[in-house]
Amino acid sequence: MARYIFQRLGQTLLVLLIVSFLTYLLVDFLPGDPIAAMTGGEISGETYERLYYEMNMDKPVLVRYLLWLKDAVTGNLGMSASYHRKVADIIGERVPVTIYLSLLAFIISVPLGILFGIISAVKRGSASDTAVTLTANICCCLPQFWLGILFMYVFAMKLGWLPSSGFVWPHEDFVMSLRQTIMPVLCLAIGGIASITRQTRSSMLEVIRQDYIRTARSKGLKSKKVIYVHALKNALLPVITLMGLRLGGLVGGSVFVENVFVIPGMGSLLVNAITSVDIPLIQGCVLLIAVFSCVINLITDIVYVYVDPRIKMA
Amino acid sequence: MSQANVTADSQAAKAVLKANKAKKRRQFLRALFSRKIVLVSAAIVMIIILVAVFAYQIMPFDPNKPSVRERNQGPSEAHLLGTDEFGRDVLSRIIIGSRVSLIVGVLAVIIACIIGTSLGMVAGFFGGVVDDVISRIAEAIRVIPQVVLAIALCAVFGGGVVNMSIILGISNMTVYIRMMRSQVMSIKERDFIMAGRLQGNSNLRLMLHHILPNSVSPIIVTMTQQIGGTILAEAGLSFLGLGISTPTASWGTLVSGGRAYLLTNPVYSLAPGFCIALLVICLNSLGDGVRDALDPRLRGEL
Repeated sequence: MARYIFQRLGQTLLVLLIVSFLTYLLVDFLPGDPIAAMTGGEISGETYERLYYEMNMDKPVLVRYLLWLKDAVTGNLGMSASYHRKVADIIGERVPVTIYLSLLAFIISVPLGILFGIISAVKRGSASDTAVTLTANICCCLPQFWLGILFMYVFAMKLGWLPSSGFVWPHEDFVMSLRQTIMPVLCLAIGGIASITRQTRSSMLEVIRQDYIRTARSKGLKSKKVIYVHALKNALLPVITLMGLRLGGLVGGSVFVENVFVIPGMGSLLVNAITSVDIPLIQGCVLLIAVFSCVINLITDIVYVYVDPRIKMA
Repeated sequence: MSQANVTADSQAAKAVLKANKAKKRRQFLRALFSRKIVLVSAAIVMIIILVAVFAYQIMPFDPNKPSVRERNQGPSEAHLLGTDEFGRDVLSRIIIGSRVSLIVGVLAVIIACIIGTSLGMVAGFFGGVVDDVISRIAEAIRVIPQVVLAIALCAVFGGGVVNMSIILGISNMTVYIRMMRSQVMSIKERDFIMAGRLQGNSNLRLMLHHILPNSVSPIIVTMTQQIGGTILAEAGLSFLGLGISTPTASWGTLVSGGRAYLLTNPVYSLAPGFCIALLVICLNSLGDGVRDALDPRLRGEL
């Protein structure tokens, strides 16, 4: 077990190293002069020279990458050109907002998705199965940004029930915060509910077909017990994978919702960074999002071994 | 005499093979369209394709012609879906916007398929260091969430139809790499590959003529299943202002452009979004249909 974890840890570190290098390279390919982008272009030739050497632009790309990596590992992601503040500080402010919203959506979507999935698998072919499957298939494909605008139009503009945008923390103004988070969280949760429903349904159907379920039934066990104890346990394995994937994409997954509802999270930060060609900020955001998803992947894999001992052998 | 017999035999064999193929195709089509939802989806996708092809014949107005006097109008008899902030007809812009979605969707998936399939095939076929390098890079690309990767690539490549296709192609390719790699690893151990090698076929020939044809159906399934998601991604990037930029009309930019006028003309923003959703839903259920029809285990079920 320990060996497996170490092995996975090593792999994760390697992948992270490659990601960081790709991130660095990617941003290095950006059109335009990074110094001009950072300063706004209105500087004297001398300042330009000085910055040129300070930013190590005279060194080869690999050396620059290693210098950048050394800083990044110690938490120094450089100065943002557009915010004129430390990248690490800006990200530190933004990440909690995104995690708060996405985690809420995640917590809502897991039990609901599993419940709907079980219902439609157990009552396969019935009207409720058709309804659930059809709704899930449709909800999977709805563009999040369009859903956001639709909600905004109906609930904020037509009915006037909810504020159309903004974000405050619950400890600042609880009622306002609750009212503001309903629509974004719903938007984020719908896709999750739909995909978890689909996954649960198909893996439930797969499991119900197996011999041991027939054995359990023929042993005279109650139908409920067979489904919730024997079948569900195994059917949930692929769902755990899916949950891990969704959790891993959590920090980068709310770009559209943040954009529609004007929420100061990681997604809107990334879009701002791209539109203002803020290189240190882009690098910081992409790196952080990748690290987050890598760590979650690793945790998922380790959890998986505990849940499904068959993996350990492989 | 015997020569003639051989050719006659081989011709007969060819005819049988051909008939078998035709039979398989008929079976596939029957399995595909036996489900009503797949049939309906196919019809809707077909209609949208026709609309895109004959866009200039169908649309009532020039989609790019501004009209100062008709700015921000709600739906009327002349402008069924109203006009935008420059007085351009929204319906015409939606009609012409279908082209962007379809072209980018298809092109990006083809690019992803070509790059991903070749890399995956090379990785699986040669193994060793080549495999390690390709697999690790693919894994590194895969851990960056797709939207984030596409957004970051937007900064490098810039917008526009071709660049969008390349960006989404790159961010979609890892699926093909993984799939082809495992396909090739299982196929290359089989006897007919060994026989091909003993005949003196080159590696390239083995890959293109023997391994690739045997992996076609999973590739097709993946492609059909990816088009919807790719169109969604393009619309999303355009919505964020990173993809297709004005004045070119795309559904994503239309949704974003109409946001400011939700109170005066809600259809301006909501209608193009509905089109995206409809197209993607239909493409995905068509994709599911193709997957189930190609996989005999699933035929007649669900």
